[in-house]
Amino acid sequence: MQIQNIQEEIVDEFSMFDDWMQRYEYMIELGKSLPLIDAQYKTDDNIIKGCQSKVWVHAELETDKLVFTADSDAIITKGIIAILIRVFSNQKPADIIEANTDFIDEIGLKEHLSPTRANGLVSMIKQLKLYAVAYQTQLN
Amino acid sequence: MIDVQKIREDFPILTREVNGKPLVYLDNAATSQTPQQVIDVIVDYYQHYNANIHRGVHALSQEATDKYEQARVTIQKHFNAAKAHEIIFTSGTTHSINMVANGFSSLLDRGDEVLVSAMEHHSNIVPWQMLCERTGASLKVIPMNQKGELVMDAYEELLNEHTKLVFCNHISNALGTINPIEAIIEKAHQVGAAVLIDGAQAAPHLVADVQALDVDFYTISAHKVCGPTGQGMLYGKEEWLNKLPPYQGGGEMIAEVTFEKTTYADLPHKFEAGTPNICGGIAFGAAIDYMNSIGFEAIATYEQELLDYATEQLLAIEGLKIYGTAKHKTSVLSFNIEGIHPYDIGSILDKLGIAVRTGHHCAQPIMDFYQIPGTVRASFCFYNTKEEVDVLVAGVIRAKNMLR
Repeated sequence: MQIQNIQEEIVDEFSMFDDWMQRYEYMIELGKSLPLIDAQYKTDDNIIKGCQSKVWVHAELETDKLVFTADSDAIITKGIIAILIRVFSNQKPADIIEANTDFIDEIGLKEHLSPTRANGLVSMIKQLKLYAVAYQTQLN
Repeated sequence: MIDVQKIREDFPILTREVNGKPLVYLDNAATSQTPQQVIDVIVDYYQHYNANIHRGVHALSQEATDKYEQARVTIQKHFNAAKAHEIIFTSGTTHSINMVANGFSSLLDRGDEVLVSAMEHHSNIVPWQMLCERTGASLKVIPMNQKGELVMDAYEELLNEHTKLVFCNHISNALGTINPIEAIIEKAHQVGAAVLIDGAQAAPHLVADVQALDVDFYTISAHKVCGPTGQGMLYGKEEWLNKLPPYQGGGEMIAEVTFEKTTYADLPHKFEAGTPNICGGIAFGAAIDYMNSIGFEAIATYEQELLDYATEQLLAIEGLKIYGTAKHKTSVLSFNIEGIHPYDIGSILDKLGIAVRTGHHCAQPIMDFYQIPGTVRASFCFYNTKEEVDVLVAGVIRAKNMLR
């Protein structure tokens, strides 16, 4: 599925929630249930330091698609990571470079991408795109 | 006695809503809110007498200069400094500390030692590390115990004839500990070391008498005492301020300038290069006046009540641990719930309209000491209420239930 379609699908899912409680409960469930990264990649090299919560990201190219795994020590951050991975993982680097993250705003989680939260998520998205640029160069 | 409902009417921001809920502002250790009395002074300045100070012959400039210098005297009297020119206006505590650290660059040598406490804010660590890198002096750390109290025996052992400076906060921003600065200053002076006390967290809760303390430098930020941001002060003993070289060159701080040599202005202007935050200085004075109109004794009594109540209520939550349990502490509660990241708790509390700080509070060494990524910190001011403590406690319980 294309990035755009996955984003629409997520926006649809979130539109079923009535209030922030339900959204957060869903995020927390996502955060709890997913094994996001292989332990061997949870290294200092792969860590993106926010002021508050840590985020680990690992990228691997499988044929022409990038596969991301990631984790965080905070559960809500982890829930957002799960969503970001669903959107960006298993996509072509060129598509990842092009994609925007406006859908985060639409599902009511914009505040977590604010730089004042300093939770590593903003840097994580930047890092995903950097990986995409690097692998795109490799593919060319 | 504090009439909290009446006091709350002074703070327009306290009536607003956040995420559809009444704001419960418990991040006072980061910044305090501003009463209408201080807001009025700021507005009045820009509406009626905005002008550059100390150099104009016109009426507005004279008026602004008078009000600015009156504010300096208000602050001098508040801290019982011997002279008004011992109060240097700065942009805040960080600026004040950097001013002193920079000044000591020319007074320290390799082999000299400087002591810093284990519970400092980064702004009272990094400038000294930079100073040590420049001068070759070495930085030693006064350790703390599990309660978050400085180990005074270890402090005394660290002091020796090579100790030139000691830095310590009056009150820890992350733990609320009130440090025994009287003893710290006295012992440092016995070996001839100068002492800088960072009073940023103390100023909202108690009044430091700089002469009685015999402290060499004392720093505060206006925005922690109901004043504006971007404004603070450095108190320095006259002899020290005369000894230190100027921090920045520019207008205002000179006596005479030629291309061959410049002579510096007298105190306090030597340290106040350029056009200062004039409105900020005047509003700072108004904020100190406001705090005194409430009364620091009444503030201390009321905040202790809030702290005791909040401590008791929070500790009733299973799995909750408070960091910073010193015998003498102010109304700051740093806590975590077992197995839950502070960021997650803070995010849920925000949704409930409750403003707390989460993270390492710019005091990473303290977090390393307790081996935690950070804490949730609720810090109370005299305008907070027991009902707000109840909202916080209910919010923490709700967050815990959601996150576990």
